[in-house]
Amino acid sequence: MKNLKRVIALSMAGCMMAGAMAACNTEGGDTSSKAAVGESSVDTKDVKSIYFLNFKPEIADKYATIAEQYKKETGIEVKVTTAASGEYEQTLTAEMAKSEPPTIFQINGPVGYSNWAEWCADLKNTDLYNILSDKSLAVTKDDGVYGIPYAVEGYGIIYNDAIMQKYFATSGAKVTSVDEINSFDKLSAVVEDMTAKKADLGIDGVFGSTSLKTGDDWRWQTHLMDLPLYYEFKTDSGSSITSCLNSTELKFTYADNYKKIFDLYTNNSCTEKSLLGGKTVDESMAEFATGKCAMIQNGNWAWGQINGIDGNQVKAEDVKFLPIYTGVDGEEKQGLCIGTENYFAINSKVDAATQKASADFLNWLFTSEYGKKAVKDDLGFIAPFTSFGDNEKPEDPLAKSVLSWMEKDGYKSVEWTFGGIPSENWKKEFGANLLQYVQGQKEWNAVVDEAKSSWTTEREAAATA
Amino acid sequence: MDKVIKKWFPLFALPTFVAFSIAFLFPFFMGLYLSFCKFKVVTNTTFVWFDNYVKAFTANGDFLNALWFTTKFTIVSVISINIIAFIFAMLLTKSLKGTNVFRTIFFMPNLIGGIVLGYIWSMMINGVLLTWQSTITTDAKYGFWGLVILMNWQMIGYMMIIYISGIQNISPDLLEAAEIDGANGWQKLIHVTLPQIMPSITICLFLTLTNSFRLFDQNYALTAGAPGKQTQMLALDIYTTFYGRVGWQGVGQAKAVIFSILVAAIALTQLYLTRSKEVEN
Repeated sequence: MKNLKRVIALSMAGCMMAGAMAACNTEGGDTSSKAAVGESSVDTKDVKSIYFLNFKPEIADKYATIAEQYKKETGIEVKVTTAASGEYEQTLTAEMAKSEPPTIFQINGPVGYSNWAEWCADLKNTDLYNILSDKSLAVTKDDGVYGIPYAVEGYGIIYNDAIMQKYFATSGAKVTSVDEINSFDKLSAVVEDMTAKKADLGIDGVFGSTSLKTGDDWRWQTHLMDLPLYYEFKTDSGSSITSCLNSTELKFTYADNYKKIFDLYTNNSCTEKSLLGGKTVDESMAEFATGKCAMIQNGNWAWGQINGIDGNQVKAEDVKFLPIYTGVDGEEKQGLCIGTENYFAINSKVDAATQKASADFLNWLFTSEYGKKAVKDDLGFIAPFTSFGDNEKPEDPLAKSVLSWMEKDGYKSVEWTFGGIPSENWKKEFGANLLQYVQGQKEWNAVVDEAKSSWTTEREAAATA
Repeated sequence: MDKVIKKWFPLFALPTFVAFSIAFLFPFFMGLYLSFCKFKVVTNTTFVWFDNYVKAFTANGDFLNALWFTTKFTIVSVISINIIAFIFAMLLTKSLKGTNVFRTIFFMPNLIGGIVLGYIWSMMINGVLLTWQSTITTDAKYGFWGLVILMNWQMIGYMMIIYISGIQNISPDLLEAAEIDGANGWQKLIHVTLPQIMPSITICLFLTLTNSFRLFDQNYALTAGAPGKQTQMLALDIYTTFYGRVGWQGVGQAKAVIFSILVAAIALTQLYLTRSKEVEN
C-alpha cells in the first residue's frame, strides 16, 4: 500500500517536472516574425480583439470608455487591463507569460526597452510614428523605432501665486515679482526670507513635505536627481539620456548642487526633518492644496490631485511653474524638466495582423475626432503629435504653464536624463540614503559615495543580466 | 477488503491527486527548476546551474541581513506571543464573569488582514512617536519593536484560544489529586498543567514560529524595510529581489528555495522536539 503510493507520487512528480522543463525549452525558442509593424499588405479583418496594458491607474476608467467607442466604430474589442500604481513591471512580467499576452504595452524609455527588447516590434512604418512631432523623442535602436512617446510631461517647482503676491507686498521683500527669480541664489534668498515671515504669510513653511517614505520618494531620487545628471551628461550633440545610459560611472560632479536645493527644501519645509520619513506624496500635495505651503516640487500631472483635494484653496490661475535652480552656471536660461516616461510599444510576439490592429488603434486614438477629444479632455495628455492643432491643447493650468515654458525664447528645457539611471534598485537605495541623511544618520559624503559605487555595480548587474 | 482498496485506490485518489499536483507539486518543481535558470518571464529561460545561489549570498549582504533580522524577530515574537497568550488563557479559564466576551474580543485581531494591520499600526505608532518628533522609519529598532507589537497583537488571541482548549481538556481529577498531595499553585502549573497541554504548545509554537519567520504583509505595510533595508525580512527581500531588479528573477527564486528549505527544517525540528515531550493521558 505504502509502496504503491510512493510509486505513483514519484512518477507523477517526475512527469510534471519533465513537462515543465519541456514547456520551458520549446517556448524558449520563439520564432514569431520580427518584421516591422504597419505593412499595408497585412489584413486585419480576422482580428477580434487586442489587449492594452495600461500604466496609469488614475485614468483606467477613461480608457474603458474609449475602448467601448472603438468597438462601436470598428468591431475590434480592446481589452484594457490596468496595473496597480508602481506595479507595472510586475504585472507586465506576469501578463507576458500568458497565452494571450498584451499586444500594446508601455516601456519607460531606453532602460525599459533594453529589458523588453525581445518583445518590442519595430514601429518605424506606423502612422503614429509619422505624425510624431519630434522624432528624436522616440526610443530607437539602429534604424528601428521601438517606443513612441504619447505624452510629454514637465516638472519644476510649483508655486502658489496668491501667497507669492502676499510676500511681494511685505516690506523688505527680496524681489518684487516671480520673474526675477532666475537662479538658486535668488530663490534661496526669497525662500529664507519667506520662512522668516511665515507667520505673516499664513503658511507653515515655504515648501511642502519632502516625502521620503519608501515608494513615495521618487520626486527626490529620480526627479530632482535629474538636474545633476543632466549637467553631468549633457553633450553638444545627441541626447544626454543616451550618454547617461552608456556611462558605467557616475562622477556626481554636481552633488553639491543637489545638496544645496535638497537642503533648501528640507530646511524651509512645513514639516520637521525627522518626520519626513513618514510623509507620502499625497500628504505633501494636500499641504500645498490647502495653502499650508507656497511651493512644491512636482509635475503637471499633479493638477488633478491638487484640484481634487477636499478643502482645496488654490485657484487655477494661481498655480504656475518655476524651474528648479541648483546654482549651476548659466541657469538663468534654464527651463523646466521636460520629457516623457511613457512610450507605447507593440508586442512583437503576437501575429502580424494583431500587431497591425494594435497600431491602428493607437493611430485612431491620436488622429480621430473622438480620440483627440478624449486625449485632451479625459486623458489630459500633452500629446506630441502633429495631428493636434493649437486649439486642441490641454487646458489645465499646469499643462499650460509647461507649454508656455517650452515656448519661451532662448530658454533650454532640461532633458529627462534620469531615463539613463541603471536600475530601479539604484533609485531605491539612493532614496533610502537621502532619508538617512535627512534624519542625521548618514553623512552627505557617504550618500554621494554610495550613489557612485552603486551606479557601477548596478550597471554591471544590468549588463550581465 | 484490502484487495478492493488496492484495486480502486488509484481511481478514487485521482481527483485529489490532480488538484494537488496542479496547485502544489507543479509550482514547487517549476520553482525549483527556475532557481537554476536566468529568466524574465517563466516561459523563456536559460539554465545557469548554481549561479543564482552564489549571487544570492555574494552579490550583496541583503539576504544575510534579512536572515539575521528575521531570526531576531522570530525569537522575540515567538517567546512573547506564547507567554502572553498562555497567561491570558489561564486567566480566562478561571470562570471569571464575561470570559466569552473577552475571548471573542481577543480573537478578533486575527481576522484582520496583514496589510490593513500594517497601515493602521504604522499610523498609530507614528502618532505616538510624533511626541519625540520621529517616525517608525527613524531608527531600525522602532521598526523592529513595531513589528513585534503588531505581531503580538494579531497572534495572541488565536494562540490563546488554542491554549484555552488545551487547559479545558485537563481532567479535574489530576489537579485534585495534585492538590490532595499538597502541591501549590506553581507546582500544579509546572507538573500537571504544562505537561498536559503539550499538544497545544506544539501547535502554538509551530504556528507562531512559521508565521513569524515567513512574515510578509505586515513587514511590507509597516516599514517596507526602511530605513534603508534595515528592517527587511526574508520574504520581503525575496520579493524585492525578484521584482525590483531586472535580470535578478532567478536570484530571487534561488533565495525563495533556500527560504522554503529553512522554514521546513525549522518547523520539522521544532515539531520533533516538542512532540517528544507530549504525554499520553
